[in-house]
Amino acid sequence: MSDRVEQLLRSALVPVEPPEALSDRLERGFLELTEVAAAELADWELSAMRDPRNWARPVAAVVVGSVAAGGLVLVRARQQQKKRHATGLAALEKSIRGVADDIQKHLKR
Amino acid sequence: MEATADKERLDRDFTELYRTHLRDVYSYAYYRVGNHHDAEDLTEQTFLQAYRHFERAQRESDGRPLRPWLIRIAHNLAANFYRDRSRRPVTQLEDASVLHEPHGTEQLVEEREEVKEVLEGVSKLPDDRREALIMRFALDMDNREIARALGRSEGATKVLIHRAIKQLEESLEEDGGDE
Repeated sequence: MSDRVEQLLRSALVPVEPPEALSDRLERGFLELTEVAAAELADWELSAMRDPRNWARPVAAVVVGSVAAGGLVLVRARQQQKKRHATGLAALEKSIRGVADDIQKHLKR
Repeated sequence: MEATADKERLDRDFTELYRTHLRDVYSYAYYRVGNHHDAEDLTEQTFLQAYRHFERAQRESDGRPLRPWLIRIAHNLAANFYRDRSRRPVTQLEDASVLHEPHGTEQLVEEREEVKEVLEGVSKLPDDRREALIMRFALDMDNREIARALGRSEGATKVLIHRAIKQLEESLEEDGGDE
């Protein structure tokens, strides 16, 4: 019977192809990260940079921005072979907001 | 210059990881949460989190495959998903699109029914057993990979899978006996 169950499991639990729109969502997520980091830098006054205690914050923004920008490379590479699909899922906004909040918290430390 | 080269290499490596394992992460997410909408959300969050920690993971992996690490991220996020929403996964066969189009023969209808029963049986298993079966059959992971993803020893993983199949088998027999 176990062999039969394993056979049925193979039939039931087959890999599921992800929808094409998913890579769009990923790209937007990385874009949002980049924008948050860039805005953080733009708002920073140069005068504050005289105090070394303030250096960590913009450095963190640069790091986050470059990391997020790098992420675009991977999703765009995938998208070259895929059609674009319009998405507007609330879940994406929620997750982006979550990530953006994380970054803001980091930068405020 | 060296830092830029390192960054480019890191991005290339992550691109490769993403391309290779998007389907794995999505499949795992789908069978954990039971619908495409939440599976997309979970997959997206998994890769965002993976990207943030990729450099360290790559450094510490010592050349070992990173798929178990990715699935572990998805596993942890899925656990939070259920904690936040206080609900259990339900695998929806109709949404899975995993079956071939029915051809109207009795055999195919029977197989479809059996597959449905198996999916229902899997969804009723304890979390660790269900996850081990998803990793083994949907992702074709071996014991070593599953052990790393679940944070267990290989021996314990082998026992876990054996017991999961046994329990599923018993539940299918019971259901068959009830009919």
